[in-house]
Amino acid sequence: MSHAVQERPVAFAKPRGPLSHARLPRWTPLAVAAGSIAAGVGIGLAAGWHSKVQWGLVAALVFVLATYAITTKVEGSRQAKDRIATSLVWVCFVLAVVPLLSLAWVTISKGMEVLDVYFLTHSMNGVLDVEAGGGVYHALLGTIEQVGIATVIAAPIGLLTAVYLVEYGNGKLAKAVTFFVDVMTGIPSIVAGLFILSTWTLMLDFGPSGFAGAMALAILMMPVVVRSTEEMLKLVPNELREASLALGVPKWRTILKVVLPTAIGGITTGVMLAVARITGETAPVLLLVFGTKLINPNPFEGAQSSLPLYVYEQYAVGTDAAVARAWAAALVLIAFVMILNLVARGIARWKAPKTGR
Amino acid sequence: MAKRIDVSGLSAYYGNHKAIDDISMTVEPRSVTAFIGPSGCGKSTFLRTLNRMHEVTPGGRVEGKVMLDDENLYGSGVDPVAVRRTVGMVFQRPNPFPTMSIFDNVAAGLRLNGSYKKAELAEIVERSLKGANLWNEVKDRLNKPGSGLSGGQQQRLCIARAIAVEPDVLLMDEPCSALDPISTLAIEDLIGELKERFTIVIVTHNMQQAARVSDRTAFFNLAAVGQPGKLIELDDTERIFSNPSVQATEDYISGRFG
Repeated sequence: MSHAVQERPVAFAKPRGPLSHARLPRWTPLAVAAGSIAAGVGIGLAAGWHSKVQWGLVAALVFVLATYAITTKVEGSRQAKDRIATSLVWVCFVLAVVPLLSLAWVTISKGMEVLDVYFLTHSMNGVLDVEAGGGVYHALLGTIEQVGIATVIAAPIGLLTAVYLVEYGNGKLAKAVTFFVDVMTGIPSIVAGLFILSTWTLMLDFGPSGFAGAMALAILMMPVVVRSTEEMLKLVPNELREASLALGVPKWRTILKVVLPTAIGGITTGVMLAVARITGETAPVLLLVFGTKLINPNPFEGAQSSLPLYVYEQYAVGTDAAVARAWAAALVLIAFVMILNLVARGIARWKAPKTGR
Repeated sequence: MAKRIDVSGLSAYYGNHKAIDDISMTVEPRSVTAFIGPSGCGKSTFLRTLNRMHEVTPGGRVEGKVMLDDENLYGSGVDPVAVRRTVGMVFQRPNPFPTMSIFDNVAAGLRLNGSYKKAELAEIVERSLKGANLWNEVKDRLNKPGSGLSGGQQQRLCIARAIAVEPDVLLMDEPCSALDPISTLAIEDLIGELKERFTIVIVTHNMQQAARVSDRTAFFNLAAVGQPGKLIELDDTERIFSNPSVQATEDYISGRFG
């Protein structure tokens, strides 16, 4: 905390002048944290609570209050406010990370049971749902194809919409587009699925296919792409546009060669976040792609499967073997999204404006 | 190459607000004309009307005529893109393209406008960087990003970028206000060299700078905040700074108001 202090701070150092004040030793927060965890466990045991969540909440509360009380006593009220803010930040951080870590831990530990190369490279063809064996290949393939098609549809439309809104749009049309994009952001995925179901499947009489699912996913993806791209384009300094225009570069080339490359890192991240969002969608896939046990590499004809749908189906079967497959597929799904995210970050870093000499 | 600018009856607006009112003046070719005046008097707005950059601002609108030799910039059928290729501009804050290397920054205006052979491009880039007195400092790192240069170097990079497209006129909007005295001196020397080839118009808040670099000086003023700016007088720099014909100019230059 206090790197600037030359001497090692002594416990409860006495103030030496008007500019210094008593200071708690560095290990105070750790000690208070340990003490509050002990208090949480103690109170929990004494009261006979079974839930560890309650223990943790008590510990967090004790931590914040104890930090405040001790600091007020030793360091004064301004320092106490500073410490209480710091301790709240830490508590919130821990509260946010604990569920995340526990989710990752549960998924990995349960998913690793059946996850192997065989699982990744085989379908459920000829495997009864209740028995062990089989794999996730058909679902993984379906997810990749559906998400890929959805991205191919939604990313260009979303990108161009954002370019229109930021670079060209003013007046009523732009306001209307912004409004409808906001409305679209709130569309529940099942509604997007029903919309495609009613038009594509029922009215136009096409059967279930990966493409139908991809269209519903594209509807969900588009507003996210528009929003994030819009924010990124707004971040591009106007000076760069003016510099380019003043060189006698037409506006469309300015946008293409100056504005978009400057924002490309953020745009990529935004598109990838949208991809991550639709990868986990189950409802429209359930309605439109239908699900199958077989490998169907053609997204334009016949039922396919997808990872979230596979998880749902296997979990619904309920036998040990099926639940194990569901966990493994969930792990594959998380890994898929995470790999996409890492790739996006890599692209963003690679493409971001460089400042090095 | 250098062309004469003849402005008559020019007013510029931001939406309904009139920013400059009825300005008429002549800018001589192969000379440096400086615009001075208090903040908000419309110097920069006027400068931006000279290459049709004013209308890039939302709500920006212009009335009047700007003759570049014999052609009215605001005539019907005139392409603003073509105007900006003829009348280049350097901005107050250095603004190199962050995604491009030093070489690409200088070549940007050419590359974005048409296709050039590699050797031809390299030659123009070298000539422009030499013209901006930057070649010796950057010749070993042309592939490094332009935003890695110092502020003064970045501004000279922007000047190189502007002169690479061989404009007839070069507009400079307070090109030294973000720079230290040494970089300022470098840019001022550069302006002295560039006026052999270009018509140069420079907006500055630094009256010593106006006195040092310009041949003619225009003084702008506004009656009150919210009122449109007007051209008070335009004369040889020497006269403006020694014996101006309008009292307001003398007051401003001697620091009695503004």
